[in-house]
Amino acid sequence: MTDATPVPQGLPMERQCPFSPPRGLVELRDQRPVSRMTYPDGHEGWLVTGHAQAREVLANPRFSSRGDLARAPIPTGPMAEGTRRFIPRGALTRMDPPEHTRYRRLLTGEFTVRRMRLLEPMIQGIVDHQLDLMAGGDQPADLVADFALPVPSLVICALLGVPTTDRPLFERETRTLFSLDTPVEDRNDALRSLGAYLGRLVADKRANPEDDLLSDLVAGGQLDDEELATMGMVLLVAGHETTANMLAHGVFALLRHPDQLALLRSDPALLPNAVEELLRYLSVIHVGPIRTALDDIELNGQLIRAGDSVTVSVPAANWDPTRFPEPDRLDITRRSTSHLAFGHGIHQCLGQQLARVEMRIGFGSLLGRFPGLRLAVEPDAVPLRSDMGIYGVHQLPVAW
Amino acid sequence: MSPVRVAVDRERCCAAGMCALVAPATFSQDDEDGRVVVLEDRPPEGERASVAEAAAICPCGVISLLE
Ligand code: HEM
Ligand code: SF4
Repeated sequence: MTDATPVPQGLPMERQCPFSPPRGLVELRDQRPVSRMTYPDGHEGWLVTGHAQAREVLANPRFSSRGDLARAPIPTGPMAEGTRRFIPRGALTRMDPPEHTRYRRLLTGEFTVRRMRLLEPMIQGIVDHQLDLMAGGDQPADLVADFALPVPSLVICALLGVPTTDRPLFERETRTLFSLDTPVEDRNDALRSLGAYLGRLVADKRANPEDDLLSDLVAGGQLDDEELATMGMVLLVAGHETTANMLAHGVFALLRHPDQLALLRSDPALLPNAVEELLRYLSVIHVGPIRTALDDIELNGQLIRAGDSVTVSVPAANWDPTRFPEPDRLDITRRSTSHLAFGHGIHQCLGQQLARVEMRIGFGSLLGRFPGLRLAVEPDAVPLRSDMGIYGVHQLPVAW
Repeated sequence: MSPVRVAVDRERCCAAGMCALVAPATFSQDDEDGRVVVLEDRPPEGERASVAEAAAICPCGVISLLE
């Protein structure tokens, strides 16, 4: 390549393959792992695509997570112009220390590796039940609707104490929130509707406490109702769509890599490692994390000015060949724990140990139950979620 | 060779649990707040690789290895 890749106008999103990051990102990373990018509102900010550089941004608290400072790297979506930018108290993903620390510490004890292992029997029960339903149903089945979405959704319901009968409501609003095509007004409506729903739930838990996380947070007495509703909403929304997309897209990836699938079937002890590699390979968080420089900060020899927006591309960073040789090879035996699929730094995913348990049990039990699992359509007929804030597949028709 | 000593800065720990995941013989997490607990501050030879991995991937750069 002789010509330098031009400054991107917004985050490159167009994919050439269901699994590889958009080519525009890959070319950019190989030339300028820290590049200027023109944001849709005209701001001249930055796009970070290298693994080491992405880690550096996410580790540095002077790159702020504040939602009121953030700019959208794409013209549509959750951060787009006109979207309600008021950050409610308790919205821990979009704030900095010390507020962030206070909220996060109220939750971290609930999401430890040990606590999540204690949930294994509950999660196994939910997975087995969904597999029973699938096995008794028609073929082809849609793995998304029948398995990948209900499993994490039912798990987060059980953990938080959300009635499963309300799944249609919060799954629909979450979809609206994450769809990049949603008009701003509809997105704000979805936020209001979810907020009101969680508000009612918190009032319920106050009146009739049960043995669940939301009741515990209410009883803890450290949070007011607004904070409780917001934190409940963050957990509910973050807790099901992400894992759902990892499960479905992960199965798609395995079915398209029969050698890796056979290896995993022959040696289930590879499962934890396979989960890490799938997290790296699929990188379903494909827009952001987004940060704003609070000071002038030097990064990769360039000066990021205070106020500049910085978008990190997880897919590009997780496919950085200087960190993961032959990144385009799905290799369930490689050591991939340094991937950035869960982010890095103080905001690193709070629910990651839960997601890991769900994926281990989910992939393991699904493959165990259906030894003949296969795609029921041509691979290029699988609809990709390029139009969603979280990447994956809309449907995955399978037979067995 | 003197054994490696593990030191952590609990104040900056963000309780992501990567350490307890990759080096469970050396690190655990406090049941109340999820922050790191060092189980074995001089991990045996066989644990060195996982402890080094934990130090490298800890999202908050909390774990140091001292000679
Ligand atoms: C495979 C599934 C998942 C993926 C890929 C994922 C990814 C991420 C990423 C990249 C971040 C960092 C965002 C940033 O730095 O701005 C994050 C934060 C977060 N995640 Fe997840 N997540 C997953 C599952 C879950 C689950 C199951 C839960 C809840 C039960 C959850 C709750 C959260 C919360 C609360 C935060 C904010 C933490 C903070 O700001 O301190 N996530 N997640
Ligand atoms: S990996 Fe680091 S931040 Fe996470 S629990 Fe361990 S010491 Fe704390």
